Amino acid sequence: MSRRKLAVWKFASCDGCQLTLLDCEDELLSIAGAIDIAYFPEASTTEVEGPYDLSLVEGSITTPHDAERIQTIREQSTTLVTIGACATAGGIQALRNWADVREFTSIVYAEPSFISTLDTSTAISEHVDVDFELRGCPISKAQLVELINAYLNDRRPYIPAHSVCMECKARGTPCIMVRDGVPCLGPVTHAGCGAICPAYDRGCYGCFGPSESANVEALAQWWKGLGVEDLDLVRALRTFNAYAPEFKEVSDRYA
Amino acid sequence: MDPQTVDRHGLDRLITHLAESGFEVIGPTVRDGAVIYDHISSTSDLPVGQGDAQEGGQYRLVNRGDSALFGYNLGPTSWKQYLFPPKTELLHIRRSNGDLVIEEPPTRTRPMAFFGIRGCELAAISIQDKVFLDSGYVDRTYASGRKDLLLVAVNCTTSAATCFCTSMGTGPKCESGYDIVITELVDDGETRYLVAADTERGESIITAVGGSPAKDEQLANAESAVQSTAADMIRSMDTDGIYDLLIENPDHPRWEQVAERCLTCGNCTQACPTCFCSDVADRVTLDGTAIRERRWDSCFGLDFSALNREPVRESTSSRYRQWMTHKLATWHDQFGSSGCVGCGRCITWCPVGIDITEEIVAMKETVST
Ligand code: SF4
Ligand code: SF4
Ligand code: SF4
Ligand code: SF4
Repeated sequence: MSRRKLAVWKFASCDGCQLTLLDCEDELLSIAGAIDIAYFPEASTTEVEGPYDLSLVEGSITTPHDAERIQTIREQSTTLVTIGACATAGGIQALRNWADVREFTSIVYAEPSFISTLDTSTAISEHVDVDFELRGCPISKAQLVELINAYLNDRRPYIPAHSVCMECKARGTPCIMVRDGVPCLGPVTHAGCGAICPAYDRGCYGCFGPSESANVEALAQWWKGLGVEDLDLVRALRTFNAYAPEFKEVSDRYA
Repeated sequence: MDPQTVDRHGLDRLITHLAESGFEVIGPTVRDGAVIYDHISSTSDLPVGQGDAQEGGQYRLVNRGDSALFGYNLGPTSWKQYLFPPKTELLHIRRSNGDLVIEEPPTRTRPMAFFGIRGCELAAISIQDKVFLDSGYVDRTYASGRKDLLLVAVNCTTSAATCFCTSMGTGPKCESGYDIVITELVDDGETRYLVAADTERGESIITAVGGSPAKDEQLANAESAVQSTAADMIRSMDTDGIYDLLIENPDHPRWEQVAERCLTCGNCTQACPTCFCSDVADRVTLDGTAIRERRWDSCFGLDFSALNREPVRESTSSRYRQWMTHKLATWHDQFGSSGCVGCGRCITWCPVGIDITEEIVAMKETVST
């Protein structure tokens, strides 16, 4: 069987997720040995033409040009996987969806008329079919390797969609919300980070977006009981995954 | 052997004796603002002078203003993390000259001693014994931890607001299943520890540690301290008819009401000392080696009931109902006892304070009227 071809694409994003692939120091050689890295500008100037077997897509759609480009990429890719909060939920830049983008451009750019941008930042799945979404801001290295591995072996990746609390309990952290009243998004956030923040006395920031059956409203009610103001609740829900439907619905309710 | 009394130094000698006899000694200690179970080497590692204030979704350590060694109740972790760890490697699989080599990683060889285990927790271990040792299949990880496990129990002389062991018949007094049981006695301002053995092993340890025979008055004080803990317990669960109540009411509206509050986060199941569910997954490297790993799982997850990828229990109400019905009803069919020992962890460590005792009250009220 000929080796499969991997492409890594970038849209509106910070590059952190695709750099996770380069950060796979120990595994990178085995990955490069198992799959042809055909298109990955961050890593190599060599570009092999499509079609591609596996496309990893980072970033959200924010310009008319990108909205067209993702269509071409989809056509060229047998399997398309989004990586990270931008590609999966629109990213932090989706905060523009609640504001007037022209106001931003007029403040930031000397010649705003040169800027061609959409009013919204949207997830890749709003534009094309997506085969799998890898969560996180940034994604987890271990999950990325698992995903590529599962892909190469034609099996389903083992990436549980349950809450961060499951990881928090497994590592033995006494829950900070229960023991200290610190608001934590862990119960409604998709696992994957290993529950790092609660282990350092911080509430979960929701980097991996909503968990599989997130009851955000019930958590919001509890937070209010802890003394969290509506504005702070809205701010907590409107970060990297602000436009994930489960978070957006509740942040809109309290905004 | 008659019960003996020792002072705090006597308990230090006990801990040292266990360590010198080859045990890995694990006991309560304070970390991250809570009492957890970890390695201890003397009584100063214990939560000295600490108590706790617990309610649904709330836990705070409080300073008791004394030097009691056992003046608190349960924290978020249970002993199950040592017998049934959150992650266990089951198999190592690799290729060698075209053949698959499958190896079982070694299990524990050094015995553990659990120091400071409470009545409800002894009951939880005997429940997990049924699951992992006596159900026709012996789990090698659990069995290796359980082998020669020494249990130094503590009778509770205080209870948390979330404890309801009296209703479940598991505490606050330790009735059986331990090697040694300690009762903390505050006597004329001087704290003494009544130590009694229930096994030969326990007796020989007490003999080695030394102490003085307990006086009748001390025995009576210990008994009344435990009795008043039982009498003062705030929470309770009326277990009368509970099996029929749950089995006959799968469509009770209360399931939907609790589902509105439940986050399906799984904390209750992870904190529960009897919950035993796990998932098995292979961690495979690209060069073809695999580690088969068992991880704690929860009936609150969607994958848990997935058949051909689709969950059987999709609604939150069906998942909460599964958990509670299993704990309090179908566990009897499966293992011949309740699956709940009344420790209250699922109440305290539920991030939104959902209370299994309150759910039973609510269902009973509406069903009987
Ligand atoms: S600290 Fe946060 S993530 Fe951890 S158990 Fe509590 S609510 Fe869940
Ligand atoms: S439930 Fe009972 S035995 Fe368990 S800690 Fe509380 S008082 Fe002690
Ligand atoms: S169901 Fe709750 S109270 Fe009962 S044993 Fe489990 S954690 Fe303890
Ligand atoms: S009952 Fe509480 S701890 Fe259990 S899944 Fe629901 S919200 Fe989480």
